[in-house]
Amino acid sequence: MNAVTEHNALTEPGAAGFLQRFEGLRARLPGRGLPWLEAMREAAAESFREQGFPTRRVEAWKYTDLAPLKEAGFGEALTPVDSAIPLPRAAAPRRVVFVDGRFSAELSDPDAPVRSLARHLDAAEGLLGSLARNDGVPLAALNTALFEDGALIDLADGEDGGIVEILSVVRADRPVALHPRHLVRLGAGAKLVLIERAWGHGESRYLHSPVLEFQVAADAHVTHVRIQQEARAGIHLSTVFAKVAEKGTYDSFLLHAGARLARAEAHVTLAGPFSAAHLDGAQLVGDGQHADCTTFLDHAAPDCPSRQTVKTVLAGRSRGVFQGKIHVHQIAQRTDGYQMNQALLLSDQAEIDSKPQLEIYADDVKCSHGATVGALDETQLFYLRSRGIPEAQARSMLIEAFLLDAVETVRDETARAALVEVVSGWWERTAA
Amino acid sequence: MLKIEGLRAEIDGKEILKGIDLEVPTGEIHAIMGPNGSGKSTLSYVLSGREGYEITGGSATFDGHDLLGMEPEERAAAGLFLAFQYPVELPGVGNANFMRTALNAQRRAKGEPELDAMQFLKLARARMKELSMPEDMLKRGVNVGFSGGEKKRNEVLQMALLKPAIAILDETDSGLDIDALKIVADGVNAMRGPDFSALVITHYQRLLDYIVPDRVHVLMDGRIARSGGPELAHQLEAEGYASVEAA
Ligand SMILES: Nc1ncnc2c1ncn2[C@@H]1O[C@H](COP(=O)(O)OP(=O)(O)O)[C@@H](O)[C@H]1O
Ligand SMILES: [Mg+2]
Repeated sequence: MNAVTEHNALTEPGAAGFLQRFEGLRARLPGRGLPWLEAMREAAAESFREQGFPTRRVEAWKYTDLAPLKEAGFGEALTPVDSAIPLPRAAAPRRVVFVDGRFSAELSDPDAPVRSLARHLDAAEGLLGSLARNDGVPLAALNTALFEDGALIDLADGEDGGIVEILSVVRADRPVALHPRHLVRLGAGAKLVLIERAWGHGESRYLHSPVLEFQVAADAHVTHVRIQQEARAGIHLSTVFAKVAEKGTYDSFLLHAGARLARAEAHVTLAGPFSAAHLDGAQLVGDGQHADCTTFLDHAAPDCPSRQTVKTVLAGRSRGVFQGKIHVHQIAQRTDGYQMNQALLLSDQAEIDSKPQLEIYADDVKCSHGATVGALDETQLFYLRSRGIPEAQARSMLIEAFLLDAVETVRDETARAALVEVVSGWWERTAA
Repeated sequence: MLKIEGLRAEIDGKEILKGIDLEVPTGEIHAIMGPNGSGKSTLSYVLSGREGYEITGGSATFDGHDLLGMEPEERAAAGLFLAFQYPVELPGVGNANFMRTALNAQRRAKGEPELDAMQFLKLARARMKELSMPEDMLKRGVNVGFSGGEKKRNEVLQMALLKPAIAILDETDSGLDIDALKIVADGVNAMRGPDFSALVITHYQRLLDYIVPDRVHVLMDGRIARSGGPELAHQLEAEGYASVEAA
């Protein structure tokens, strides 16, 4: 039996409930007896106690209200994993599966270069918490205090990790709160394509709040494709920290396609010259949903290119948020930055808030930015229908064209196919 | 047969079509000529079902179907095709995918089996060869980065694939050099037959040397001002539209 025992009671609502949970669990959380980790958890809990959950008075949270999270209590997942759960089709040749936040050896491919963090915490010293900050990121602090398991990927210099999927499944039949922690380190020249899928099944409200830390050494290349497919009452709040050394790349694509309330936040630092990042994404936001893509990109070294294209499609009564901050440090001469965000509004009741933010302290810099918001083009729609294509299908074709244009930037074919599968037919499923 | 009677239409309260009467019997090709702004494109859009027009009177039927009561896709399935004066660009929609989707939608509407990608490509390649179109136009986004002539040829390709019973060609000749014009005309002439009719809208008599119409109508200020045989086109070319007005 796992370290965490079964119990159904809900905590009280709000930050107090999560702190109460920490007090109740601390003696049984993985890593008990590792002084460095105990100290780290204590400090994180203390930081979360001071900060609480962000409110809309905090600038970075102006458009995303965590009220649905604060108003309810949450409980724990039941252990062990027993009932058979339906899983989505694997997107990559090798997949590891976490069920309700815990590694499932039974469902995972033993050949994947992924270990359970809970079972290898000794190997995580110096890596865990090397990038995640407590200050200003209370959700990361909460994760550090409460995480039970996650993926540990540590690639040696020159190692090719291939294409790997991490599937984190939530059985949403009770209001669970999950805080998985994934650590990824690529040695010099290493390579990895990581498809990270959050997937919920059930009708209950729940919180799924993963934190990922990526250390990308010189000349290493990582593609990180994130597919958020939470169940309809789920709350998804994820935070990524990445640091890229000289000539390394962090190419990421975020796809929001589920949850009632979703926010993905990324903090990426280009720390070495000629390092590069893609922070692309697409948000499919249907009636009653809220999706938020927030990124902080630090150009902290010279000669680095960065690219960001984020597309949002909104239907029904829904809200989308894009916040993209690019900070070009004084040392970061010859930065080449490009940012584009586009929204397609399919209803009068949909709303998009988009906030690009460029802070440039270097003088020899090329940074361009663009944004568009619009509805489907009536002329294009008529052109398709005049050829005999029914209206719903014509709309779907135009919406897909809008979205797939963003997905095109993902170079790995397997990762791209995984995205296309979710994007294709989204409108037909949504409108049905 | 296409039958238009007393057709009136407005845009934003402004009357553009002011009572059009026109019949195109099955198997015939008719031309519509007329000065800029006389309502030629408006007529083509109203017949194919574009939104934004208010029909204030009259009727339009095709083979007994009440066109004005149908959705654009239903009109297409009933055999109507419009070659746009300004073909629309669809970035991100592949040309081959677009045409196969259209063809299969129409086949579905008729209860015919759909074509798979291979069957479609075979068909499309054959038609493209006839129209001297480079094959890579299938891979590109619909009309994206196409020259003016390529866009018009792409319209004719769609017509050749969809095999409509009646085609409206709205200034498909404008902006074409003489070689492209002949290719387009050959494409239309290849469809000629007892079951195909067409309404060829043009500004110039030149196209009508290659697609010889059964009848020519002159549209002026939202009305058919005059109708006649192919010789009417030559008269207009020589004397201008003012001669019609005077008549
Ligand atoms: N969307 C529109 N809104 C307002 N007026 C329009 C619109 N489209 C066309 N018109 C007007 O309708 C008249 C006929 O236009 P059109 O049918 O395009 O003529 P043609 O094709 O014969 O050149 C013109 O006076 C034009 O300005
Ligand atoms: Mg016109």
